Amino acid sequence: MICSDSNDRFVQVLSADLTPVRRLAPPAWRLLIWLAIVGLAALALAMVSDVRSMIHRLMAAPDLWLAAAGSLLTAVSAAAAAFQLSLPDRKAVWALLPIPPALLWIGASGIGCLRPWFVAGTSPMSIGDSDSCLVFILGFSLPLSLLLIVMLRRGFSLRPNLTAVVGGLACASAAATLLNFVHPYDATASDLAVHAVAVGIVMLANTLFGGRILMSKISLSD
Amino acid sequence: MIAAQAGDRIAYETLLRDCIPFIKLVVRRQGVHHDTIDDVVQETLITVHRARRTYDPGRSFTAWLRAIAQRRAIDALRSGGRRKSREVFAPLAYENHSDPSDGPEEAAFQIEHTALLNAAVDKLSAPQREAVEHLALRYQTLAQAAEATGRSAGSLRVNWHRALKSLRAQLLGKN
Repeated sequence: MICSDSNDRFVQVLSADLTPVRRLAPPAWRLLIWLAIVGLAALALAMVSDVRSMIHRLMAAPDLWLAAAGSLLTAVSAAAAAFQLSLPDRKAVWALLPIPPALLWIGASGIGCLRPWFVAGTSPMSIGDSDSCLVFILGFSLPLSLLLIVMLRRGFSLRPNLTAVVGGLACASAAATLLNFVHPYDATASDLAVHAVAVGIVMLANTLFGGRILMSKISLSD
Repeated sequence: MIAAQAGDRIAYETLLRDCIPFIKLVVRRQGVHHDTIDDVVQETLITVHRARRTYDPGRSFTAWLRAIAQRRAIDALRSGGRRKSREVFAPLAYENHSDPSDGPEEAAFQIEHTALLNAAVDKLSAPQREAVEHLALRYQTLAQAAEATGRSAGSLRVNWHRALKSLRAQLLGKN
């Protein structure tokens, strides 16, 4: 057992090691920075895609713009939750914040899957096109995840795995939102399944790798 | 804490000292065994030190500290649980466990072996015994042994080799 005298000595050692620190920026400010970078990616995609046709397509069916709004809100709320969770004194309940928009996203996409069965003239995508969706979501999620993990690591999350999984949801849903720029199809069940698989892969990869990176920050073993 | 973030060591030391009773209270309430409370207190203090830049002066310091102390207490309980699942507390088995490297048979063999070796060394001539004592038993180099005995290094080397030959003949002959 370590006696209390050693606590005093320990305090002295820590105090001797003290250097001034720059206070961490508020989570809302860090969120805005991340969203601004996602916005830049959206701007780049808008420059190389047909934005007018995308808006026309989304406005043509309420489920499509509801799904797009759901994925966008999921990205924003999940990123907000991840930045909150990166601070020691924030409750785990923040992880529930992206659930309502995620339900809207899943629900609207699910309803969209039914439309090709009832409405003539729709253009559902093939399995081959779904593969490109998978590559797009994974490809955009990777840099967004790296950026988010670096930003989250500046905090001090006491729940690293939960923070990483919520961060993964933010990146995957942001990538799925960006996909609308290059996705001139109506939703199908296979499309929805591919999106779900892509989001699942991104969240799993974030938990495995991002969680470890965040864990290494709070580990006392080094 | 605001002063500590700015680098005020005296304020920081006072703060950490004042934190210790509160951390102990939180840790005890989490169910940490009293033997390990001071360990968890120190782990909490390290975490406070590392995470000090995340404290927001607009929020409660107590809530911030409590969250860190609770997390470190839970970590301690988990690692304690893992250790218990791997280790068994069996003081009688520990006391009764015989040490294979120092058993009575080995000890008797060692004594006999040492006695044989001493007897063989005693039968060597004085210069040879001197070489064995300095080079083998005292682990001296040739130069050190030469300085200690006043003999030349060449003479010591010759006597050392003769001693080895003689010991080998005596011990192998006995075996």
